[in-house]
Formats: sequence, structure tokens, C-alpha cells
Amino acid sequence: MSELKKIDDYRWMIPQAGSMKVPGIIYSSERLIREMGSDESLKQVANVAHLPGIVKYSLAMPDMHWGYGFPIGGVAAFGLQDGVISPGGVGYDINCGCRLVTTRLAHEDIKDRLKDLISALYHHIPTGVGSKSDLKLSANEERKVLTEGAKWAVERGYGTHEDLEATEDRGKIIGADPEMVSARAIERGREQLGTLGSGNHFLEIEVVEEIFDRTAAAAFGLEEDQICVLFHSGSRGLGYQVCDDYLARMVKHLGELEVSLPDRQLACAYLTSNRGKEYLAAMACAANYAWANRQMMMHWTRETFEHTLKKGPRDLGMRLLYDVCHNIAKIETFVVDGKETKLCVHRKGATRAFPPGHPALPARYANTGQPVLIPGDMGTGSYVLTGTEKAFAETFGSTCHGAGRVMSRTQAKKASSGRSIEREMAAKGIIIMATGKGTLREEMPEAYKELDQVVEVVHRAGISRKVAKLRALGCIKG
Amino acid sequence: MNRYKLFDHTADVGVEAYGKTANELFANAAFAVFDILTDLSHVNPIVERKIVVDGEGWEDLLVNYLREVLYMYNGEGLLLKEFSIIDIDPRRLVGKVAGAPFDPAKHTINTEIKAVTYHQAAVKEAHGMWTARVIFDV
Repeated sequence: MSELKKIDDYRWMIPQAGSMKVPGIIYSSERLIREMGSDESLKQVANVAHLPGIVKYSLAMPDMHWGYGFPIGGVAAFGLQDGVISPGGVGYDINCGCRLVTTRLAHEDIKDRLKDLISALYHHIPTGVGSKSDLKLSANEERKVLTEGAKWAVERGYGTHEDLEATEDRGKIIGADPEMVSARAIERGREQLGTLGSGNHFLEIEVVEEIFDRTAAAAFGLEEDQICVLFHSGSRGLGYQVCDDYLARMVKHLGELEVSLPDRQLACAYLTSNRGKEYLAAMACAANYAWANRQMMMHWTRETFEHTLKKGPRDLGMRLLYDVCHNIAKIETFVVDGKETKLCVHRKGATRAFPPGHPALPARYANTGQPVLIPGDMGTGSYVLTGTEKAFAETFGSTCHGAGRVMSRTQAKKASSGRSIEREMAAKGIIIMATGKGTLREEMPEAYKELDQVVEVVHRAGISRKVAKLRALGCIKG
Repeated sequence: MNRYKLFDHTADVGVEAYGKTANELFANAAFAVFDILTDLSHVNPIVERKIVVDGEGWEDLLVNYLREVLYMYNGEGLLLKEFSIIDIDPRRLVGKVAGAPFDPAKHTINTEIKAVTYHQAAVKEAHGMWTARVIFDV
């Protein structure tokens, strides 16, 4: 791979070399590039540039790290006629994403009840490895979840139609076909709807600590000292199985591609091929499942707040600010060489960041741009940003998705050996309830890049704008 | 000889497995999956299953075999402890596995493995020693 070339303060280029079809561009800072060290993600950015039909460049966001196939934090767009779709470019956890709920509560209102709230949430929302919900879906009902997404949940009484307005794609990707989802994936999905899962997934009570953009914050309904709830979860076993099934199928037919791939995990199919279309239809099912999942957990969270605080929905005012996905492929329209062109954009650990006035946005955000939710690692808090014209022009309307790991899980376990992460968090005033102690150590704050650094890069590079910073108060984890 | 060891990968878990034969290598790699998942000393092998998988070469066969044993847990809730390979060539594997249904009262899950990836998967044989590398998404 050729040397990294600095373009400006926040962009680096991997020049096109060998059989790369386009150059790579990385949004980062001197410090984050230095800290990346021997991480293999740069090579992965170059590898993605080999795929057929890739448009303009293979992109990476400042939270990038070594994934498999695509780097985590990678963005790549493909032409619909000559391009490909890659299950590995979406990731195993299809439509892993975030949703943020605002409330009418101030920090003072729940200060003494925080422990009760966290403990009640921990008991009402199934968490942890292989967690199951009490809900027993019939096969027929599950098919409706897969085709209707968050709308299915709302129609079953989990939330309101206003919630759908504030969900990316209104919580449903069109073109979902349950026939394209394997029996194994359907089976794995049956008992896991309405569960948080394990690993880096969490549900967090946060308080707004700082407002950077008063106008956008007002439109988003955010103010200082306000209590919010952040969800980070995805499509559970159903999504992993869809990815696994289609990767295996595509690996079998690599010979049909016009290029030889530098990594089998990049296995892909032409968007015009049956295999490509079938994956898109199955991926849409998993994405819709994830939206129904987050919608249901939000509903139970509202109920838990009502019961625990003995307040009605009006007093609590728990309103969905927005829901974004950060592991997905979408057919979206951009301007390429002066012409409006439909492209298939892969965002693997990257968030959509559409500008003000984009038709995909709900009316209430037309002047601000799309809300972008950036979770930190467990217990750090999060950022709310907005999408910009520059993101639309430079990064196929995309930005970062989180802090990004710097330590491997084994390193994190070693570094935390003999420590109680739970107690360390408690000393900072953060209450954590988790099913697995191993998870807490693997997910400890030092294992991640500093969220402030990552967000500063996308803000200064102009591909998002900072609106607010939130601090964690309490968290439940798998 | 160790059956396997872990190697570092930023977001995920990498496993290097060893064996004197292909049979032993594949069995040890499958053992690694469940040794990472749970504390196997609490698993009594009372259920037996036959496994048949195809592949296009050793790497592909290994990934497919590990995907299949992982599904035994993710899809059927079985924690596997014993792995034997009855017949193996680079295109096909026939094996037997034994384990117990996951019981939350007896078993703990240490690390959930979402999937077995093809990323940098490798199988090598040198001087009578087989080595495999594979990365799990956790």
C-alpha cells in the first residue's frame, strides 16, 4: 500500500495504486492517525477501493478501526449498474443504531431516584447474551415485523405515529422480503425481539451537559440539564444470521466477479444480480427488525419511567428526538460529476448525516439538518450533531458513529485485571448494571478513543456540526 | 501442546489453533469457540450431534465448520465440549460433537461470539504441525 498523504488538517489520502479503482480518504487528526499505530484499518480502506463500481473514493471516518473486510468507520458508494453490495460492508449487526429520547425532567428531578430507575430498567428490558423476551412471536407475526419495521411495533401499541416521523426511513426499508431470510435467521429472531443484547450495546440515562448550537438544540427540543435516554442496539441474532448466510453464498461465487478480492470477507455480488437483490431484500428485513426492536425497548422505557416516578406521559414528555442506523447499505441519490445519481451507500460503523432541506428529513428538522447521534463507550455520554451540505458533497452524507476501539478486548481485560470497573464508574457517580462482568472490563472507557477527539474532527472538517454534549448518569448493559 | 491461543484484534477475537493432523486441528478450533464462550468444566456432554459441512479448500471448510458448531449454540442453545472428526478432506468434513443444553443455572456465557469471519482465515501445515488462524466477531 502506498504512503498516506495529508490533504489538509482533517483529511488524509491513500493514493490509488495497484488494482485500486479509486483512492482512499480518511477523516482524522494528527493525533488519531498517530494513535492508530499498526492497526490494519488503513489497508482495509485500500482493500475496499478494489471493489467493482466503487464511486469517487473509499472513505473512513475518524473513529475507524480494524474490522474484517471493510474497516469499522468505513463508507463506500457503488453505482447501481456496475457496482456491488457486500454483506461484510454492512456488518453482522445489521442496523445496529442509536435512538435518543428527550424528557421534561431536569437532573434535579431524578437525582435521588436514579438507582431505582436503572434497576427498574434492568428488570424490564431483557439484556445480555442470548437474552430472550417474553414475547412469543408466531412465524406469521414475525414476517410482519420484517416487512413493516417500527410501524409494526407502533400498530401493536408500542409507541405512537409521531415516533415514526423521528426515525430514519420512518423505521422501515422498502423492499424487505421475508422469503429471502433463512429458516435459521427467522428462528433466531423469534425470541429476541425487544432485547438489548450484549457486547457494546447499552441503554443509558444521560443529562445534557453543554449546548453548542442554540438554534438547532431548540429545534431538537434539547436544553441544558435535561434528562435524556439513549439506546444502542441492533437486529440481534437475526441480523447476524442474515449476514452469515449471504456471506457464505457470495464467497462461493467469487469467481463471477471481474476482480479478485484481497480479502474473502469483502465477498460481494453485483447489485444487478439476483444474489445481490436477494441480500438487499433480506438486509431490509433485518433492518426493519432492529427498528421494531428499538421502538419496543423505548416503549418499555417510557412505561418504566411512568411507574417508577409515578408521573404521567404528559409530565414526563418522553419524545423521540431521532433514531439512526450505523451499519447499513442504502440506495440514495447524490450529485456525482454534476448529475443526480442513485448509489448504493455502505455505512459500516458510520452514520447518515443529511443536510438541511433534504426531503428525507421530518418537517421539524428541515432547517437544522438531520440529527446525528454519536454514542460514546459505556458511561461516557454522547453527542448530538447535525448533518451538513459538506457531508452530502464529500462523504455521501455520512459521518462518524462513535468513539472507536483502541484496545483489543484481550488488552482491555489485561489492563483492567484486579480492578472493579463497576466501582470505578460509581466513584465518578455513574451507576452501571450489567449481566456479564467480562463485558464491563472489555468495554471499559480506556479501551476506546476519546469521543471528544473524534467529534472534533467531524465538526472541524465540516461533515457534521456539534449541537449538544450529554453526560452519562446510569447505564444498563448486557 | 496448547490446543489454541488468542491473538489480538482491535474489535474482535482472533484464535490460532494447532493440531498434529487436520482432524485434531479442526477439533481444537471448534473447542476454542466454546472455551471462549463459556467455562467448559460445567458442561457435561449428554447430547450428541453429527455434523457434515462442505468447503472449497481448507480455509473455507474451517470457517464453514466453525459457523456450523457456533450455530449449535446460537440457534439450538447447545454448549459443545467434545469434537471428533470422522472423515475430512479439503472439500468435506464429517464429524461428531457432544455437549449439553445451555442452562442459566449452571452455565455462564463469558463472551458472545456473533460470527466466524473469513477475514485473514488461514490453514497451514508444516513439519507435521497444522496451524489455523481465524477471527471471530464478538
